[in-house]
Parts: sequence; C-alpha cells; structure tokens
Amino acid sequence: MSISFSNLEKVLTYLPMLLQGLEVTVLLSLMTVLFGFVIAFTLALMLLSDVRPFRRLAKVRNGSPARLKRLEFISRFNPLRLIAGIYVQFVRCTPMLVQIFLIYYIVFGFIQLPKFTFFGFIQFERFFPGIVALSLNSGGYMSDVIRGGIEGVDQGQTEAARSLGMSKGQTMFHIIIPQAVKNILPAVANEFVTIIKESSVCYTIGVQDIMFNVKSIQSASFIIAEPLLMATFLYFCLCFPTSKIIQYFERRMRASDQR
Amino acid sequence: MTSDNVLIKVRGLKKHYNGGTIRALDGIDIDINKGDVMVVIGPSGSGKSTFLRSLNLLEEPTDGSIDVEGQIITEGKIDLDKFRQKMGMVFQHFNLFPHKTILENLTIAPIIVKKEDKAAAEKRAMELLARVGLEDRASAYPVQLSGGQKQRVAIVRALCMNPDVMLFDEPTSALDPEMVGEVLEVMKDLAKAGMTMVCVTHEMGFAREVGNRVVFMEDGKIVEQGSPDKIFNHPESDRLKDFLAKVL
Ligand SMILES: Nc1ncnc2c1ncn2[C@@H]1O[C@H](COP(=O)(O)OP(=O)(O)O)[C@@H](O)[C@H]1O
Ligand SMILES: [Mg+2]
Repeated sequence: MSISFSNLEKVLTYLPMLLQGLEVTVLLSLMTVLFGFVIAFTLALMLLSDVRPFRRLAKVRNGSPARLKRLEFISRFNPLRLIAGIYVQFVRCTPMLVQIFLIYYIVFGFIQLPKFTFFGFIQFERFFPGIVALSLNSGGYMSDVIRGGIEGVDQGQTEAARSLGMSKGQTMFHIIIPQAVKNILPAVANEFVTIIKESSVCYTIGVQDIMFNVKSIQSASFIIAEPLLMATFLYFCLCFPTSKIIQYFERRMRASDQR
Repeated sequence: MTSDNVLIKVRGLKKHYNGGTIRALDGIDIDINKGDVMVVIGPSGSGKSTFLRSLNLLEEPTDGSIDVEGQIITEGKIDLDKFRQKMGMVFQHFNLFPHKTILENLTIAPIIVKKEDKAAAEKRAMELLARVGLEDRASAYPVQLSGGQKQRVAIVRALCMNPDVMLFDEPTSALDPEMVGEVLEVMKDLAKAGMTMVCVTHEMGFAREVGNRVVFMEDGKIVEQGSPDKIFNHPESDRLKDFLAKVL
C-alpha cells in the first residue's frame, strides 16, 4: 500500500460525499445526546427511587433472627432500581456492535419502519434504528453520571426542603435538579464527543455517515488509505474543538462557583 | 402531668441501624407541651439529632409512636408533607438553597407547598426578615452572607411556613464565636413570643436562661430531665454530673 498525492487528488473529487457523511454524523450525534439524555435521566431517577412494595416487612418483630434478616432483605427490594440496574449492566457488558445489530435486525426486524428519505439522502429506516441503538447505549452510560450528579447535591438540601413540607417531586424539581445540572452538564457535553466517535459503528447498518462514505469511496476508487486518512482528519476536526470549547465553559463555571 | 396542653407525645421511640447493632434511639418517652422551650443536651453520638429528625419523620423510627396534636404520625396513614409544614427545622449547617436569593429561599415553600399568592408570601417574608434585621439582604444569595446571617435567614425560612413547633439542631455549632450571640438572640425572641421549641445545643447559658425544661440524653436514652435549675444545680445521675463537669 502506498500513499500518494495523485491518489489524494483523486479522492478529493469525492469530498462532497465525505461532507455529506459529516452532516449525517453530526445529526446522528446531536439526536443521540438528546434522546440519550432523556433515557439517562429516567434511568437515574429509577436508580434513585425509593419504591419498595414490601417495605412493611421490615416492621415485623417476631420470628428467628434469620427470618427477620430475610424479611429485612425483601423489604429493601425495589423493582425500578432492579430493572434500571440490569439495563445499565447489559449496556456496559455487551459490545456496541452487538447492540446495534440487535436493534436493527431483531427489534426493527419485527417493527416495520416507513421507508423514506429526508434532507435529500438520509434513509429514515436505517437512520432511526441507528439513533435508537446509540441513544440506548449512551443513556446507559450517562445514567451513572446523572445519578452521581444528583447524589452529589448535599443531603442537607433534601432535608431542608422536606422539612418545609415539599414533596419528593417538588424537592427534586425545585431544589436538587437545578443544583445537579452544574455537576452533570460537563459530563453530558463530553458524552457528545464520545458519541461522535462511537456513532461510526452505524455504517454497519447502512447509515450514510462518514465511515459509510469512506467504504463507498474505497470500493469505487480502489484507493484504501487516503479516504481513511481524510475521515480521521474530519473526526479529529469535529472532536478536538468541541472538547476544547467544553473545557473552556467548564473552567468558567467552576470559577463562578467561587465567587 | 398530662393535659390537653400536650403538643407532642412520644412513646417508646426507637431507631436502630444495621439490624439493631447501632441503637441511635433506644426507647424515648416524653411529652412536649405547648409553649415549651425544651433544651436537649448530651454527648456527641447520644442520639440528639436522631431524636429531632424523628419528630418530623425525616428519620423513619424503627419502633414506637409519636402523637402530634392527636394524630399518630408514625402509623403511615397521614399526609407527611402536610404534617411537616407544622414543624419548622433549623440545621447546624443552615442548608439554605444556594441557587436562590434570600427572598426566594423564604417564599419558595409558601408558594409551591401552600400555594400562597407570590406577593403575599413576599410581603410576609420581608416583614419577618426585617425582624431579624436582614431586610436589606433580600436579593442577595446565601454565599454572600455571613454564617450568623445565614442562620437567621434559615430560622425565618422555617417561620414563613407558620409552624406550631420549631426544631433546632445545634444551630450555633458551625458559627464563629462572635456570631453565636445574634442567632441566640433571635431564638430568645422566638421563645418570648411563645413558640414551642425543641433545641439541641451546647450553649448552656441559653439552656439556663431561656429553656423551661432540659433533657439529658446518653446512648439513645433520656437519662435525666427537669428544670434548668434541677439539671444544672442539682444533677442526680453520675453520667449527667460527668457530662456537666466536661462542658461547664
Ligand atoms: N445513617 C446512620 N447509619 C448508622 N448509624 C447512624 C446513622 N445516623 C446516626 N447513626 C448513629 O446513631 C448515633 C446517634 O447519632 P446522632 O443522633 O447524630 O447523635 P448526636 O446528634 O447526639 O451527636 C451515633 O452513634 C451515630 O453514629
Ligand atoms: Mg447531632
């Protein structure tokens, strides 16, 4: 294999294809952060919930110590937390590539999506499963960050709010979340950078992102290295400034904390 | 002893952690009367905070009952959020809401919990704020206030809900010495105005001067209780004598 200027020149004629791919990658990533955040937030609330259908069992006083211990254990059972916990572990402990195939071939093998294109060339029936798979994955990872951000708010804030008669929901909405946002936002922004890179697996289900167009150019021109190098360059140009901008805002936010 | 003057009736109150290995409260019986200024003293870890936090069910008791104005709140049938409005609480570390101005700190609960009209809630908040001499700080944020100012705001925040009882958990322990006085002064005024108060504090001067009852706790139990004169000048149990020897 060789890298040559004449090859590069040839590949440059395909540049519009790569730029179209760039558009798709950005759109894919933005939508994923958005939906992923909603999923992550829901999961975080489930992980932090205090839904215990058998909580009354902890009040049982008679019985052997072993039985009381068992009842105490059952009383702590929280179905929402269990479901969210299993989900997060599933996302973390299976490969992204497997997840995207599961969604595309199995889930959307059963559910028929309407076939149409938007923005001129984006195929909905491939783009949509891509977003679903990426969002489900990213939501699983982000849920921990959001839970941490909410838990990171001083416990005294909850106590003060509850002692004033606020309900759990009011406390969460008016007191905890506004303070947690500051802990969460930088991590969500960083997740955006991660998603830009991770989204490249979507070419495997035919989403026409940057990587998909690299493959197309490679097979049309029989040139392997140069399209790949150009894609590398594009990804870098997307991620590097984004993460620098995030860093800048993060630093400014921290400075305003110490006023 | 018992009369319809009793506001809170606590019976056999227990709070255990780790399946009974830690007994933060181990059988508390006490009546709190209307207008009482009850001062709770005791060494650190004796369960004073747990006792206060159980009174408004921030802590779920393991056993026992609490009867507030005829309602048994430990039975789990009452509307806890509604009930907590009746009990104001002041914390050692103030726990003001840092993302809200002083005025917002004072009005948020009346507005969203009691659905009070915003203008009315603000008017009342400003009146109470003026009483503690902080009306000019209404639009400041908590970080801009000194510790003593924060604690006075925290007291006003609780008062804005019109509580029947005020619970204080070491309200001056996190303050620089020169700011203790201004907070105790506000508490004294409150006592004079007839507020029912339960105060955990290490300020023995306050206990003597303002309290009408003093309760000494150790190891999750009430060891001795009585008038300030009895507790400070004629202590009976050795444990109380030991404790007083250390703190006085
Ligand atoms: N969440 C908890 N888990 C386990 N032990 C606790 C918890 N909260 C309090 N305790 C224990 O209960 C006891 C009483 O605590 P506390 O009421 O805070 O005492 P005080 O306020 O008198 O210093 C202490 O031994 C403390 O370690
Ligand atoms: Mg304490």
